[in-house]
Amino acid sequence: MAAELVDPRALPPPPSGAHPVRIAGRYGLLVVAAVVVAFPIYVAVAVSIQPSDRLLRFPAVLIPGDLRLDTFERAFTQARLGRYLVNSAVVSLVITAGQLVTSILAAYAFAYLRFPAKRVLFVAFIATLMVPSEVTIVANYETVQRLGWLDSYQGLTVPFLATAFGTFLLRQSFLQVPRDLRDAAALDGYGHWGFLAGVAVPLARPMIAALGVFSFLLSWNQYLWPLLITNDDAYRTVQIGLKALASTNIDQLNVIMAGTVIAALPIFALLVLFQRQLIRGLTSGAVKG
Amino acid sequence: MATVALAGVTKRFGDVVAVDDLTLEAGDDDFLVLLGPSGCGKSTALRMVAGLEEPTSGRITIGGRTVNGVEPKARDVAMVFQSYALYPHKTVLDNIAFPLKARGVPKAERNEQAASVAAQLGLGELLTRRPGQLSGGQRQRVALARAIVRRPQVFLMDEPLSNLDAKMRTQTRAELVELHERLATTFIYVTHDQVEAMTMGSRVAILDQGALQQVGPPQEVYDRPANLFVARFIGSPPMNTLPATVEHLNGTAALRVGAGGRVALPEVLGNAAERGHGADVVVGVRPEHLRPVPPSATVANGDGIRATVRVVESLGHERHLLCEVEGAGAVIARVDAEAPVPHAGEPVLLGAEPRHVHIFDGATGGRLGP
Repeated sequence: MAAELVDPRALPPPPSGAHPVRIAGRYGLLVVAAVVVAFPIYVAVAVSIQPSDRLLRFPAVLIPGDLRLDTFERAFTQARLGRYLVNSAVVSLVITAGQLVTSILAAYAFAYLRFPAKRVLFVAFIATLMVPSEVTIVANYETVQRLGWLDSYQGLTVPFLATAFGTFLLRQSFLQVPRDLRDAAALDGYGHWGFLAGVAVPLARPMIAALGVFSFLLSWNQYLWPLLITNDDAYRTVQIGLKALASTNIDQLNVIMAGTVIAALPIFALLVLFQRQLIRGLTSGAVKG
Repeated sequence: MATVALAGVTKRFGDVVAVDDLTLEAGDDDFLVLLGPSGCGKSTALRMVAGLEEPTSGRITIGGRTVNGVEPKARDVAMVFQSYALYPHKTVLDNIAFPLKARGVPKAERNEQAASVAAQLGLGELLTRRPGQLSGGQRQRVALARAIVRRPQVFLMDEPLSNLDAKMRTQTRAELVELHERLATTFIYVTHDQVEAMTMGSRVAILDQGALQQVGPPQEVYDRPANLFVARFIGSPPMNTLPATVEHLNGTAALRVGAGGRVALPEVLGNAAERGHGADVVVGVRPEHLRPVPPSATVANGDGIRATVRVVESLGHERHLLCEVEGAGAVIARVDAEAPVPHAGEPVLLGAEPRHVHIFDGATGGRLGP
């Protein structure tokens, strides 16, 4: 039978490792890894909440004192972060929604429909993954320029509305849905749309959520493309704004860090919100197992 | 209820012929069982009736309406899958109500209908569970309920019992027969299990390599198998079949079975006797009809087959004698547990009543005689 998505809760607990030393070693490694990952975040937060005169005193800077929150306010006013954040949110949401819609539809077609040259088309789709964005960026720039989309939301979003990666990811997910379910839905009176909405998408939800978070993350953190096609402040995104903030306030590291923390907050919230979705498998119990 | 008819239906997958020129009818209220070994095309035939596969050629009608090219949902058939195919993210109630939702039945009404069907099948307590929280038998009932709730003209079942344990299977078999009587609807049931076919079917259609071998009531198929394949497929243990040759001596016809001896060829065996001297045939006797002839009886030459007992198997209520007929092969005789039986290694004379002897053509395997 085809590999099923496994509910991690259904698995037996991992072998606890007979030896306490081994357990200690394992947790020690985890702690080190956690520190390595968390340290830059900690530094950013710590720096952002202290007055600039404390920042040069090492290592005192790592133990925050004399807390100030006005840095965040200054980041907003000095760097127009508010506008940039709105722009980033609009662009990221549009791109994420677009990628989800196009990926779901294309993945469904590749997983369930029969049409000529399906394999060839799919391989061509996947092949685009191997072209680095730097290769296409000039051509894309010219296209967008000719369309008159420089300094516009269209220019920021349209080139990213479809993704071969998402299509590939969701196709794999759809292929895990047992074929019998498609047949059962067909007999129950559901065409492709009904099956897609009622069965395939709910079953692929963990993967769709993962793709959504991933898409949002990537578009939120985009730098080169927005920098290239926007000159008007009204359309600049938060990453460009941060760069501008950093270059104009070189002496105020705390304000720069405050901006960075603000820019990272939405992503952080997203991860916390979707944590459960990301790890939950839903296919268990579909067929006899 | 509706009559389902397949007329000259063929299905090819590339070079493979899955179903070969199948002509078959399941009448109103029939419980038609499609029986055959795996890969015989029975499931493909069922899927073509459901509309999940399109026949390469031939015509399928349901209730007199040709359904070639008609979508599954427009055929008014329901299907129970071997895997049950329950929607894992939906509760039992939603699974059962799902087909009604597709037809635009208002929510309150469809939930009421689904709950009612669920209650009939003893699922009343489980409505809020998900398939993953159910046992195999319960899942199977949910799949049944989802089929029943639509009140289809035809029920299609693809090995619905094969994932249940032996006890559940016996119980569910009886329940399906009752269900068929209660719903008075056409059932087409696919299985490789001859016990299911014999106990449940009002008619059994046996398929091999995509071709129909025989169709008829279970008892008829058992008593008068149309060919060697059916003879060997139906019955447990299967029918004993031994190669034999026709002999005409002094104006009477007889069969020579290996070195085991001669068997007189009674007139009831019909046109097998018309075969010329030396013609190859296959003689078949069911294990329960093959009996050791009591050693005390004086038997004329031509009334039995000489064999050697190899193993005596006791099943409690009966015993199986595994015997070797020299130059012809092994046979099994079923005898009562109380009856005296020879021991392993002893010679035995095996006999059968002429009306229980089947003769098949040695080349084609087709039935000879009545």
